[in-house]
Amino acid sequence: MEVYLDNNATTKVDPEVFKAMEPFFCHIYGNPNSLHKFGAGTHPKMVEALDYLYSGINANDEDDIIITANATESINAVIKGIWVDKILNGNKNHIITSEVEHPAVTATCKFLESQGVRVTYLPVNEKGVLEAQQVADYIKEDTALVTIMWANNETGKLFPIKEIGQICKEAGVPFHTDATQAIGKVPVDVQDTNVNYLSFSAHKFHGPKGVGGLYIQKGFDLIPLLHGGEQMGGHRAGTVDVASMIGMGLAMKLATSQEALEYENTEVRRLRDKLENAILEIPETIVIGGKDNRTPNTTLISIRGVEGESMLWDMNQKTIGASTGSACASEDLEANPVMNAFGSDSELAHTGVRFSLSRFNTEEEIDYAIDVIKGAVARLRGISSSYAYTPKNHVSEL
Amino acid sequence: MAKNDLISGSIWDEYSNQVIRRMDDPTHQGEITEERAKELGGKLIIADFGAESCGDAVRLYWCIEEGTNKILESKFKSFGCGTAIASSDAMAELCEGKTVDEAVKITNIDVEKALRDHPDVPAVPPQKMHCSVMAYDVIKKAAATYKGVDMESFETEVIICECARVTLGTIQEVIKLNDLKTVEEITDYTKAGAFCKSCIKPGGHEEKDIYLVDILNDVRAEMEQEKLKEAADASAAGSSTFDKMTIVQRIKTIDEVLDADIRPMLMMDGGNMEIIDIKENMPFYDLYIRYLGACNGCASGDTGTLYAIESVLKQKVDENIRVLPI
Repeated sequence: MEVYLDNNATTKVDPEVFKAMEPFFCHIYGNPNSLHKFGAGTHPKMVEALDYLYSGINANDEDDIIITANATESINAVIKGIWVDKILNGNKNHIITSEVEHPAVTATCKFLESQGVRVTYLPVNEKGVLEAQQVADYIKEDTALVTIMWANNETGKLFPIKEIGQICKEAGVPFHTDATQAIGKVPVDVQDTNVNYLSFSAHKFHGPKGVGGLYIQKGFDLIPLLHGGEQMGGHRAGTVDVASMIGMGLAMKLATSQEALEYENTEVRRLRDKLENAILEIPETIVIGGKDNRTPNTTLISIRGVEGESMLWDMNQKTIGASTGSACASEDLEANPVMNAFGSDSELAHTGVRFSLSRFNTEEEIDYAIDVIKGAVARLRGISSSYAYTPKNHVSEL
Repeated sequence: MAKNDLISGSIWDEYSNQVIRRMDDPTHQGEITEERAKELGGKLIIADFGAESCGDAVRLYWCIEEGTNKILESKFKSFGCGTAIASSDAMAELCEGKTVDEAVKITNIDVEKALRDHPDVPAVPPQKMHCSVMAYDVIKKAAATYKGVDMESFETEVIICECARVTLGTIQEVIKLNDLKTVEEITDYTKAGAFCKSCIKPGGHEEKDIYLVDILNDVRAEMEQEKLKEAADASAAGSSTFDKMTIVQRIKTIDEVLDADIRPMLMMDGGNMEIIDIKENMPFYDLYIRYLGACNGCASGDTGTLYAIESVLKQKVDENIRVLPI
């Protein structure tokens, strides 16, 4: 049996989405900017896709949602656009973000730091979240942007976006949120949250890879990252990938419908909890960041004495895919910055395994995964030098 | 960066079959008890190295025959990724049958080579080399415990890049001999920093006492100091040439010539000149000057006077000097 539990990395394309995209490769393939019928033939479905995107995050018709290549591009467009607009051409020089953002945010901020921009990286608390008040405390006269994620990719922890949005609104500072891990898992409503910019990526909610979106509230500017043609109202040049846009639109519709969100928060949550509780029966395992206030599909578990990559290796031998930010699993040998950011136990940084489910996971898969995980932990703890000689008390969450 | 580097695959694809076999079924995994050591007729030594918080930890057990110092049995326990487990397994195997003094000579490079399927193909990707380093360190720790000495006593030189086993002395020497200016150049010459990259600068997988960036800065500063000293000595001895002078010495030399041969002439006509800058534009030295007093705006400043100044400087200081009025 093959079990895919790495849905925060990417998701399987929903077959219905794939079917909707198919005609736009070989049959309705005209350039959407062309005047002839081959190009114009793409328009009805593109309009429909855009409607689904607007509806999915409850955007106002007067706002913009531009199609990008992915959330990374959307994030870069916002942060670098603000840099050009408010920092290079203005008198502001400060950006606020958190220590646990996706590298699309932190690496872009680091780049801007190299260009002389001041960046505040807010720390998270022992539960892996930051308080909205922290943002208020750090907003200064010259703050040009606040960018805080909606949900954390490693832990699934949800951030107080509504409160942060309100603080930014009162301070007159633009607010961007990376909602990549939130869409399709919790309701995302831009009209209810004072979000000015919002980024997302289709492949995180069963759409295709290579397409994403950027919401821009009416009244807020965006200096284009890509210059060229006049596509996307001049916000983003380049011929639109019609098939991908249509796929993303339908994927958004399917992922954000009331039924889908309900399924995510009942059935997917139940399966996630079943998996999590079974692992927590193993002594000296903990949920990083605790169990409350997180997306329903994600759990990041520390298994003391078991290094993350060796755990992934054993699971992979039994065709189970999960993830670890543990140092050894990546080319970059740094420990997982998200786990480091908790700051409570340095030993945890190398023992985390992230399981992220989707609506396509089944009960049988979870049962199989539980068996495999228990076997792998037993084997690796049998080899482990640290587990055998430094037993700790069993606690269920941090 | 090249075509093969543009799309990175799974690091697991770069593991040798030996690594995979030992990850799945390490043959020397386990422990040696006091009873077992007694049964074998040897002394039990247990050594730990690394820590879970660093991502790698290993415990090595040796049963040593005291008369001969021979390692009768060697086993390990390891916290770490698959390559750490495989490296520990290979390391424990390499120790068996050797004397303690022979075992101390086993390096991480020996461990990595023992894990290869083919002599010329690395067993692990570069960023995983550090896992075999831990195996080397724990051997020293076990030997030190057995002999009752510090593990540092087994090292005669300071190792900077443990993955490639490059010493401090080697790095300092290549920087000086080849006038290296970047860490990338050090890596090209010595392989230091080519593997886990921890030795390049702070913030890597392992904390180091000294990093390549520090060594480069120190040696470059030392070279600069030596160059200044040479220039000062040459100047004192009157044997300095313009190209070996420091910028201050160059300005001073030119100023002396100007004071002696040019300025009196200019001042007679109510003028003067000052040096603004000297820029190397090899093979030339561009001297930027500004005319003062009556010379400022004089038509001859771009023709006869300029020619006279340049000729004197070419003749008395260096033939590659070009004078550029601003």
